[in-house]
Amino acid sequence: MNGPGIAWYLAVSGFLFGTGVLGVLLRRSPLIILLSLEIMLNSANLTLIAVSRHYGHADGQIFALTVMAVAASEVVVGLGLIVAMARRDLVLDVDRLTTLRG
Amino acid sequence: MIVATAGNIVVWAVWVVAVFACLGSGIAVVSFSNPFFSALALIGNLGSLAVLYLLLSAEFVAAAQVLVYAGAVMVMFLFVIGYLGGQADAPWAGGPSWQTIGAIGAAASILVEIIVVVGIKAGGRLSNSHDVTTAFGSPDGIGRLFLTDHLLAFEITSIVLLVAAVGGVILGHHSRSLRPEEVEL
Repeated sequence: MNGPGIAWYLAVSGFLFGTGVLGVLLRRSPLIILLSLEIMLNSANLTLIAVSRHYGHADGQIFALTVMAVAASEVVVGLGLIVAMARRDLVLDVDRLTTLRG
Repeated sequence: MIVATAGNIVVWAVWVVAVFACLGSGIAVVSFSNPFFSALALIGNLGSLAVLYLLLSAEFVAAAQVLVYAGAVMVMFLFVIGYLGGQADAPWAGGPSWQTIGAIGAAASILVEIIVVVGIKAGGRLSNSHDVTTAFGSPDGIGRLFLTDHLLAFEITSIVLLVAAVGGVILGHHSRSLRPEEVEL
């Protein structure tokens, strides 16, 4: 295998996942939380594809494609919720959406 | 031998550029205060990840990444951000400062945990990669796997997408039919 070994890809994927976690925990806009979720899903995809290349089985790539489909569905529902919130004149701020709090 | 070394250097150079673009745009997504710029940075992130997938000989996944993610999903994101307009702008982060410190600590500990666990559990087995043929990761190979060994995953994926489409329609329909004054919040 030319170029960097599998451990480098796993390190990149770990850093990317940490960035996504930071975005989800720090930011308050639901749109940016969704974008950070996409980063976390993509870092998982990078791990799957790197390990699948490492072991020479393409099964990990199948899993990555399935993750992509799930991420697309998640974006549809998440953006639908955000648009519904905006139509009801709710503030797009996860700290101030407290209606469901008991 | 010389050709192989030159090829190796090219692969390393492409890898370094793609990784810097990937990590930089990932940090940009989290740190921009305007969601529109965050979404644009995420498109760069997805594109550089597609380059990494190509280096890992996953051609079909890289093409699907560009078409499905950077194409369809991100266009939907940009449409929604444009639809919301100024309403989409949010303050950067909130809450007391212990929340910020806690979030950074949690992210850092997850990163350390990933590296330590991967290093301990798989450190010895990460050095020798298997050789693969040119059919690895091609649309032919992926399609064959999807329709033979992983047929159930394929069918479940289609059901998940159908449910998401129906859910999106229902969410849009309900939020249109309710007037704001009818909603008690």
